Amino acid sequence: MNTKTTVEIKEIKARKKLSDLFFENLTLVFALMIIGLVVFIIYEMFMDSKLSREIFGFGFIFSQDWNPVKDKFGALTFVYGTLISSIIALAISLPVSIGVAVYLSELAANVFKTAISFLIEILAAIPSIVYGFWGIFVLAPFMRTTVQPFLQSTLGFLPIFQGNAVGFGLLTAGIILAIMVTPIITAITRDVLKAIPTSQREAAYALGATKWEAIKMALLNAKGGILGATVLGLGRAVGETMAVTMVIGNKAQIKASLFEPSYSMASVIANEFAEASGGLHISSLIEVGLILFAVTFIINSFARLLIYSFTRKTEAK
Amino acid sequence: MEDYYLKVSKGHTDRRKLKSRLMIILCYVAAAMAILPLLYIFFYTTMQGASSLNIDFFTELPKPVGESGGGMANAILGTLILVALGSVIGIPVGIFAGIYITEYSKSIFANVIKFVTDVLSGIPSIIIGIFAYGLIVIPMKSFSAYAGGFALGVLMIPTITRITEEMLKLVPHSLREAALALGIPRWKTTLRIVLRTAQSGIITGVLLAIARAAGETAPLLFTSFGNSFWSTSLDSPMASIPVQIFNYAISPYDEWHSKAWAGAFVLISLVFIVSLIVRLATRNKFSQTA
Amino acid sequence: METAEEITKEAAVIETVSEEKVKYTVETEGLTVSFKGREAINDINIKIRANTVTSIIGPSGCGKSTFLRSLNFMHDLTPGAKVKGTIKIHNKNIDEYDMTEVRRRVGMVFQKPNPFPTMNIYDNVVAGIIMNKGKKRNELNEIVEQSLELAGLWEEVKDRLKVSAMALSGGQQQRLCIARTLAVNPEIILFDEPTSALDPISTSKIEETLFHLKNKYTIVIVTHNMQQAARVSDYTAYFFLGKLIEYARTRTIFTSPREKLTEDYVTGRFG
Repeated sequence: MNTKTTVEIKEIKARKKLSDLFFENLTLVFALMIIGLVVFIIYEMFMDSKLSREIFGFGFIFSQDWNPVKDKFGALTFVYGTLISSIIALAISLPVSIGVAVYLSELAANVFKTAISFLIEILAAIPSIVYGFWGIFVLAPFMRTTVQPFLQSTLGFLPIFQGNAVGFGLLTAGIILAIMVTPIITAITRDVLKAIPTSQREAAYALGATKWEAIKMALLNAKGGILGATVLGLGRAVGETMAVTMVIGNKAQIKASLFEPSYSMASVIANEFAEASGGLHISSLIEVGLILFAVTFIINSFARLLIYSFTRKTEAK
Repeated sequence: MEDYYLKVSKGHTDRRKLKSRLMIILCYVAAAMAILPLLYIFFYTTMQGASSLNIDFFTELPKPVGESGGGMANAILGTLILVALGSVIGIPVGIFAGIYITEYSKSIFANVIKFVTDVLSGIPSIIIGIFAYGLIVIPMKSFSAYAGGFALGVLMIPTITRITEEMLKLVPHSLREAALALGIPRWKTTLRIVLRTAQSGIITGVLLAIARAAGETAPLLFTSFGNSFWSTSLDSPMASIPVQIFNYAISPYDEWHSKAWAGAFVLISLVFIVSLIVRLATRNKFSQTA
Repeated sequence: METAEEITKEAAVIETVSEEKVKYTVETEGLTVSFKGREAINDINIKIRANTVTSIIGPSGCGKSTFLRSLNFMHDLTPGAKVKGTIKIHNKNIDEYDMTEVRRRVGMVFQKPNPFPTMNIYDNVVAGIIMNKGKKRNELNEIVEQSLELAGLWEEVKDRLKVSAMALSGGQQQRLCIARTLAVNPEIILFDEPTSALDPISTSKIEETLFHLKNKYTIVIVTHNMQQAARVSDYTAYFFLGKLIEYARTRTIFTSPREKLTEDYVTGRFG
């Protein structure tokens, strides 16, 4: 029989060995280094851009100036270039990625599934420089000789398709970015579709839905996750450097036409940093970097929030 | 779940079936569209690169314009050195941080560190280059392998941390319990039992991180900068394959272009081989724990 | 011929007389374990005698495993777990011992066999020893043979000690885990439903092992199989909804339990 205890009960705490505490703190130190790194990066970007921030103030973001000789700098051109090329990339990549994701999760036979997802993985791993190189010698000429003339002849009334078609410009940059960003959006969309239980699809079929209608329903269910994947892809596109640098034309200007050469935030840093003339030039470049960092930070945090809340929703179901 | 309104008349149903077939075909087209550029890039790079690839590429130094021959020996060595330097930073920090996040996940720090690691992985590599520039190039007053290696190391950290975390999570909890129940101290359990079980997965992850670091260009542009000559000194500028490819690619000389293609071919071969290894290794891992 | 009641009364008398001379290896007082505020077991008072087999029975979720795992600090691994009360091993409070020392002296065999997958049979058996303190090769060989013999596995594996542990069948793996636990020379061995994942033949082999182990060790076994409890144990404790309802000699529990709750359970009226 179990007798009742009348004395006060206190908690039993195990005594940790010294060696265990040492190990735990050792790993903690390394883990804290990561926090230290990120904090330090932010701090350094801030400090090293001080000169240009003080001189140009907030107007830096809205100024189209970029003149190393006259020491006048502004980030608007680059923000524009980054933004437009990334939007083009997403516009092309999103439908394709969803299509591939649907193919991989719903349609493909096992053999093709492994082969094609392996190929997509490789697509994600190809270095940016190789994309850029291929862009210069294959894509840009192709754009100049085939695609851009075609677009001009058919949709030339639109301002975005007017102007000189040299092959290097926003549109080409957007296309290369689209290729680079597709694997990410595909991978996450595929995971997100897998997370939706088959019972939901079965319910749709039982109601007489066609295959596409069932898929569409799954996609609608997954739209939070797909949005998150897209935003993540946007983050990647915004930060992409080499491939864009090699095909965007590297001319600091804002023009309506997508065929015109332009400049992105990452590209101007890549091109001008090593041989920057003088403190203000470098400081301005670093301020552009600070803006780039802020933009990617916001985008990535938003993406993670979306994916996190979507995962929570599906787990709760 | 959204309400789904179904149209029931036959004409409608036929149209729905047609639409379904059409959309499905579009998905197949999308898959082809995604694969086509990849295949083209691979094919083209191999064609251009393999033909320019010879022993000279691996053994000779770059020759000035006009002279034929030459290779990327210094760049190959440079990449090896830079990646090695990066690994010295990236691997210990990554693995230990990954251990901390997984094994001591109760602590308040663990979630913060996970979040910050994600932030780090999202920072564009060129920003990391700026960071390394300010941290190392400015005080040293020169471009150096140290700066480039450091930048690569920082880039490697999030990848390795994440893969360590995932692989450690795959080790079944019952193994930890079994070891602890034998009286094996926590730290020995983590190192000798848990880490060892996750070993192969972590190694493949590290290989992946190394392969990615080898192909990085942006952070090296103003840290290790580049060097046309043979150099093993860590405190001076150092050549690397990606930067060399970049310099050659934007030059107007055909000779240099073909060298660049050879370099690009080497890089994508590396990527392909490592991806293959990772795929094969992780396939076994999953069947083991299933 | 004595009736069951008379035998039980006699046994109770004998027990109270030799109370002072009895050696208890494990005692708990007011043991309460809660997970994130929710209580799993409450106010457990039990005294387990040396060199006996005690089985813990009760319906699913009654706290049997929770009780067992508090005896070797296993809850330290669970976030949000709070262990309150007093646990004494050999008359000394458990938190006066070094935690890993407690775990070595109180061994545990788990429900699902969990040999270390990267090691072979030999290395698995000596895993606990090698990591705790170094020993010479020939000493190890002896220990391996003795442990595997005691676990009833030696004959089957003596010619293939270098084979991977994962090549063994489920029942063999479990006996390997027992051997591994024996190798570190514990005094108390806790078994958490050790045969529920095994086939009947492996089960009976392990029950046989338990019988032999009793001479050297004190054994506490959690089981949801009442027949097993009746077969192998000297004492039985019945848990229900996180409380210890009754603890007595196995025969008593199964033939003439004092509490109605116990009777309902052992006669199959519920659970």
